[in-house]
Amino acid sequence: MMQIPCPWCGKRDESEFVCGGTSHIARPPLDAADQAWGEYLFFRDNPKGLHLERWRHANGCGQWFNLARHTVTHEISLVYAIAEPAPP
Amino acid sequence: MSGYRLPAPLGRRIDRSRLVTFLFNGRAYSGFYGDTLAAALLANGVRLVGRSFKLHRPRGIFSCGIEEPTAIVDVGEGARRTPNQRATLVELSEGLIAESVNCWPSVELDLGAVNRWLAPLLPAGFYYKTFKWPSWGWFEPVIRRMAGLGRAPTKPDPDRYEEVSVATDILVVGAGIAGLSAAVAAAHSGARTMLLTSSAELGGALGWRADPEIDELRSSARRLGVQIQTRTLAFGVYDHNLVCATELLAADAPSPGARGVLRERLWRIRARSVCSAQGSFERPLLFPDNDRPGVMLAGAADKFAHAYGVAGGRRVVIMANSDSAYAVAASLRSAGIEVVALLDRRPSADIAADAGNLRVMTNTAIEKVIGTAAVRACVAGTADGRGARPERIDCDLILSAGGHAPAVHLHSQAGGKLRWVDESAMFVPDGAAPGLFSVGACAGVFSRDAAALHASEVGRALAHGFTVPAAPVGGAGRTLASSRVAAARGKQFVDLQNDVTVDDVGLAALENYRAVEHLKRYTTTGMATDQGKTSNVNALVLMAEMTQRDPPQVGTTKFRPPFAPVTFGALVGRRVGALYRPLKQLPAARWHAAHGALFEQFGRWSRPAAYPLGPETLHAAAQREAAAVRRSVGLFDGSPLGKLEIWGADAAQFLDLMYVGNMSTLAVGQARYGLLLDENGVVVDDGIVARLGERHFWVNTTSAGIERTAAAFEEWLQCEFTNLKVLVTPVTSRWGNVTVAGPKAWSLMAAAGFDAAFSPATMRHMTIRDGTLDEAPLRILRASFSGELAYEINLPADATVALFERLLTAGAALDALLYGVEALEIMRTEKGYIHIGTDTDGTTLPGDIGFARALERKAANFVGRRSLTRPAALDARRLQLVALSPLDRRTLLPTGAQIAADAPPATTEGHVTSSYWSPELNAPVALGMLSRGSGRLGERVSVHHLGARIEAEVVKAPFIDPAGERLRG
Repeated sequence: MMQIPCPWCGKRDESEFVCGGTSHIARPPLDAADQAWGEYLFFRDNPKGLHLERWRHANGCGQWFNLARHTVTHEISLVYAIAEPAPP
Repeated sequence: MSGYRLPAPLGRRIDRSRLVTFLFNGRAYSGFYGDTLAAALLANGVRLVGRSFKLHRPRGIFSCGIEEPTAIVDVGEGARRTPNQRATLVELSEGLIAESVNCWPSVELDLGAVNRWLAPLLPAGFYYKTFKWPSWGWFEPVIRRMAGLGRAPTKPDPDRYEEVSVATDILVVGAGIAGLSAAVAAAHSGARTMLLTSSAELGGALGWRADPEIDELRSSARRLGVQIQTRTLAFGVYDHNLVCATELLAADAPSPGARGVLRERLWRIRARSVCSAQGSFERPLLFPDNDRPGVMLAGAADKFAHAYGVAGGRRVVIMANSDSAYAVAASLRSAGIEVVALLDRRPSADIAADAGNLRVMTNTAIEKVIGTAAVRACVAGTADGRGARPERIDCDLILSAGGHAPAVHLHSQAGGKLRWVDESAMFVPDGAAPGLFSVGACAGVFSRDAAALHASEVGRALAHGFTVPAAPVGGAGRTLASSRVAAARGKQFVDLQNDVTVDDVGLAALENYRAVEHLKRYTTTGMATDQGKTSNVNALVLMAEMTQRDPPQVGTTKFRPPFAPVTFGALVGRRVGALYRPLKQLPAARWHAAHGALFEQFGRWSRPAAYPLGPETLHAAAQREAAAVRRSVGLFDGSPLGKLEIWGADAAQFLDLMYVGNMSTLAVGQARYGLLLDENGVVVDDGIVARLGERHFWVNTTSAGIERTAAAFEEWLQCEFTNLKVLVTPVTSRWGNVTVAGPKAWSLMAAAGFDAAFSPATMRHMTIRDGTLDEAPLRILRASFSGELAYEINLPADATVALFERLLTAGAALDALLYGVEALEIMRTEKGYIHIGTDTDGTTLPGDIGFARALERKAANFVGRRSLTRPAALDARRLQLVALSPLDRRTLLPTGAQIAADAPPATTEGHVTSSYWSPELNAPVALGMLSRGSGRLGERVSVHHLGARIEAEVVKAPFIDPAGERLRG
């Protein structure tokens, strides 16, 4: 079980959180083509390495935030606000 | 009867003044306090303790610890029977009951032993081959009965288990010289330090020896405040340095009458750094019939002699591939045990140890073991099969000393890599794992002084955050990688627990199952309760030999938790019975119970399903209640209904984005039905949105959907529509909901003293009004799920009982009654109202349930909207909601029954989703999802259920009151 640093509450066990999957996926407009909408709904990269993802401290402060996690080692190298752009 | 008790002072662990009696396979024996079951059985001369898994060969005690592959027993009886315990770890207690596994009717006369004659038919992969034809189903019952180890208890566990979570700086696993040194150094450097050992005492593998150095470290650890946990087995390393361990609390078997005895504690330890000091396992040697009772690991015999004062035999032969065998020989002789000969596979040049006056035969291997249920003799020949004539040596104990395999389990679990040290034929950690550092034998450091020094340096470095020094691997001497007897006949067992032989590995190589993962699965090497602690290295070396590779090229399988079997009780802890999945209770639960409620589970709520009168069935009660509501008036506890308050300047705009249906056009005091979709367009919840003010809304969700709806609202607000100024407050538990429904609903409320402002004449359907009653705030919504005139009276949760009392008293003259969820289900089905999750599923779109026109009317965007114009969403063949009626108007259509033109196998066109007997119509009513359903009114369909076929008709919904006159009151 990972230990996730909530920006508001500090380090807490993973069981207090809900993962919302990949961050920074832009929601296409209503007139988007089927292809673009389908990619938004269903297609995700599955990187071996750094992954930017959304988490919610569901059994805690209830806030969403972003973090950068290594998908092999689970090392969490960065935590940033949900509205912040993807780090370079 | 070969084993016997040695005189004191041998047996440091036992207390000879305390005799303990126990039962093994129904026969009474005695041992001493401090014995393990294995030690006591050996002391009693018992050699045959079990049968092997597949071939049912006789098996004895092979080791003296956690790696035990063969002495597997079920301990205890009845509800306390604990299967598959290693006899080498079971601590003896008065009245202990143990039984062998894998045998019937008894371990001596085992009918399953017929498998030995079938052995040629049971090679590696036999499951996959033999049972492909004609059908696995033919063989499964027999295989299932014969396979498996112990028997699980059939009754609930009477005892307790608990868990504790702690954090520490440094966690040291293992309390031998290395673990103790690391812990003392870390604590001395000021780090909070925890030390775990699965053993009852500190000292590690050699803890039974008098050792002043260990004593000094032990007292230093105590003085420095190291938290020491004995009898605590670390079984897994999980993400971010979480180590889980089980602590054994009740060593003695609880008396049969005792209940709630605390048996085990699960430790969840979050450590900044973990130091693994788990030692090593002795590696056995391969020779024909190396599984006979009386063949044992050399170190185990040594420990039995010194720790428990038990000799495993009277004439000992040691089969060696390692210098450590020489130390064991000397140690056994010092205990007064006769060692007849030491056979060493290695040439003289490889041997660095001195045997004194012991007879040593180099370049020698065992060609044959004589004796089936117990070893009687062995035949020694040259290791390479050439040269001197084989010699028979009478013996009753053969010790196997094939070198050592570092216990790299925790290192590997933590993500560490391994490297092969050819000189000593062993895998050692290749550097540290993330957050986990190995010391001592499990790091490949076999010299005692080097291990202690290195471990101290590691402990200090971890405490201060310095760079951790590399392990000085060495001290294990020379060991040949190959451990089998190439030319010999007879089965050489690689994995004793799973009956995997050299030939099985050969077959896997021949059939190209050469990858280590294939080898494991094809042969089952390294599976089951011992997870190959004595077999993995031998299997890898064999596969390497047979495929002309080096062992590191074959590689190792990844070690996964748990390191050793863990009881379900420890993992489950207190989460059993009512605490397994606690149900939510109504604020008025006791009041309902006092009024005859029959409670059932609906989602996570315990709710009244009905209020049966006397012997009345649930069905009959629900029929009576539904009829009474339609005739007069009924009271329903709707408190579980999800309740959200939405506040803010952009609240209306936000709800437009969330729901199908325009909420921004609601006037204050008005309410509207809404469907909630996910981004796939799938209907996930429904409810009523009411406007309390310009910037304030009241949202009712379904009882089951409140958590996910509240979570979805938060997610959209925080992650996507971040510019909206909206607050979402879940208030479900703060507000009770008493629903009054029926043609006399208002009469009842008027009689109970409600203000005339709530009368149907002044308060219209789908409106909401605030009010007060006896100073309690009220929020009354006129909405109906029954199709009758109905008021949903929301009020503070703790006031619901008083309101129920007041209404029931006032309603006596009107025949008012309480109705439960079942009656509501009947009424809403009569009205054709859907229940999300019952009539809909994870594919249902709003157009499928009659909301196509609502979509056309709303031009604005909302969650899920774009998905409703995908080709799949526009497919005319989609399942659509229909009302169904059996042609005979008598036969209930079973819920879940399939609709298809012909009997199965035929393409299904849909299914029945809700089905009840209508007391109003005295006929069945049903809803279903049917392909192209909306255009098939009047069509006949066939409903299939368990071989029966029921003719039905697609009819117009609703079944009653199509004009909705009752609703308006």
